[in-house]
Amino acid sequence: MYLGLDEPVRECQYNQICTRNSLPMETLGHKKKKIPRRKWQVFPGRNRFYCNGRVMMARQTGVFYLTLVLIMVTSGLFFAFDCPFLASNLTPAIPVIGGVLFFFVLGMLFRASFSDPGVLPRATPDEAADLERQIGAANGPSGPGYRPPPRTREVVINGQTVKLKYCFTCKIFRPPRASHCSLCDNCVERFDHHCPWVGNCVGKRNYRFFYLFILSLSFLTVFIFAFVITHVILRSNRTGFLSALKDSPASVLEVLVCFFSVWSILGLSGFHTYLISSNQTTNEDIKGSWSNKRAKDNYNPYSYGNILTNCCAALCGPLPPSLIDRRGFIQSDTPQPVSHSNGSSMYASTQLHTHMAAATPLLHSNSVMIGGGGPPFPGKSSLVVPCASLAPSQPSLPSMPGLSCAGDMLTLRDPDTHCHHHHFASPEETPSPSGPMPLTLPCAAHMTHGGHIHPAQLYDPASQDSLHEDSVRGLVKLSSV
Amino acid sequence: MANAHNLQDLQHQAALASKVYVQRDYNSGTICRFQTKFPSELESRVDRQQFEETMQTLNNLYAEAEKIGGKSYLEGCLACMTAYTIFLCMETHYEKVLKKIARFIKEQNEKIYAPLGLLLTDPIERGLRVVEITIFEDRSISSGR
Repeated sequence: MYLGLDEPVRECQYNQICTRNSLPMETLGHKKKKIPRRKWQVFPGRNRFYCNGRVMMARQTGVFYLTLVLIMVTSGLFFAFDCPFLASNLTPAIPVIGGVLFFFVLGMLFRASFSDPGVLPRATPDEAADLERQIGAANGPSGPGYRPPPRTREVVINGQTVKLKYCFTCKIFRPPRASHCSLCDNCVERFDHHCPWVGNCVGKRNYRFFYLFILSLSFLTVFIFAFVITHVILRSNRTGFLSALKDSPASVLEVLVCFFSVWSILGLSGFHTYLISSNQTTNEDIKGSWSNKRAKDNYNPYSYGNILTNCCAALCGPLPPSLIDRRGFIQSDTPQPVSHSNGSSMYASTQLHTHMAAATPLLHSNSVMIGGGGPPFPGKSSLVVPCASLAPSQPSLPSMPGLSCAGDMLTLRDPDTHCHHHHFASPEETPSPSGPMPLTLPCAAHMTHGGHIHPAQLYDPASQDSLHEDSVRGLVKLSSV
Repeated sequence: MANAHNLQDLQHQAALASKVYVQRDYNSGTICRFQTKFPSELESRVDRQQFEETMQTLNNLYAEAEKIGGKSYLEGCLACMTAYTIFLCMETHYEKVLKKIARFIKEQNEKIYAPLGLLLTDPIERGLRVVEITIFEDRSISSGR
């Protein structure tokens, strides 16, 4: 029976997914027993899945659509208005090279945006219990309501002592270089940063795509910029500058977009080239984890010592497979990972830390909306170094272990409260979008939260406090950074 | 299949199943490696040497999957040049080794661990975090029942 349902979805028809989920919850509940559900439908993180789990993105995808629109419009105008002139007067190789670059950029963008960045699946209840037991034995008995001490493990890697932190949301000890993204509510391996332009986290599995995207985009931007200027100059040699501009008005727009983009994108490419050659992540660089200023004998234990090896390892190394198996079917005997805190020791701390929830959203929205809430589509120029500034998504604060517990609560409250979410481009960011954007799937959001409806109802009263929480969180984050 | 038959038997007879977790060993960095320390709960169940050998082989297989060398560079460059569309047709080296690991674990379970009432779970099913070893207690054997 599931084959029948699979067929329409295989064509990646968004409408089909919507139809399946427009049924009322009760009938869906009925049908749940017959249709084996896929794991992405009960995924505990704050992600959106499309095409029956093949595509995975972050919750906020508005800025991604902006990126797409900017690239496509600028390139489209270039191919439509400048290329005919350039092809006939200079060489037809120009549109060909432009075309190749354009498709490469889009390909890399889609791969970076749609693939799993390296999300670590949450611990199963048995694993979590086993770890708690081990930590409990190590720490000694604690009274009720006692906030558990920060849980860390030390490990020596290549001569450097590295602290492994315990993630309260995912109930695991994070591997080295992993970090918990509070926007997506997932631990991501080799976490670089959460990039709103790409609409996804950048981590172990999609870092090379991200890097190739910004590198090829900088080539494309410079290419378009150079050739549009050439076009205008050639035309103005014949007909004069002003009439040249009148003949090809699109060129002005292209030059503007390219001029402002070039600085940020070239800068970002340069920055990431430096990071790759020293085998660091944006997260580590911003925190100065391996800088000499922290300690005299501090060095990066992950570096291979040689720039070429570091580059090759980052870009051409083996591509690890996704650990979350999002398209797999849920077996009835497979233990499902803990998606909400259900230990009694957690309740005390979650109450305490409700107001000190996972702190980054406000800071992120601050750093992205440098252009302010004014223009609905802040121009790229105002968002200088967008990706690099978003790095410390959750620098694990040992003094605030409750952060992740409340992070859990945020996950659960999502269907009901959306005001506490960061607003990159305001109108289309609510989780149940009224949809000026044709590609957003309100139904997919429902599907993601299908499993969370019940616990979420417990947290309704907190929704009124969300704005207050936002500001408190922001203050907490600012003070801790 | 012999394995399924044994396991089903175990599950019918088992009164309790407890689980032992072997965690990751990060001393060599971020590569996938599991601790080879023998868990105390398995003292009475399985030979220490045998267990350590299994873990060592497993670690070697993961090291092979993540090895950075000429072959992986070639695969990476080829993939980049075809804009990663080549992976629609062929598997990555890592995926091939993961299949090998799955076969290895199945074989170990069938030959060695199932007869002792143990079951190794493929770490990939636990997100490469732990090796989960399920200990089945045989109800028919345990005393006082």
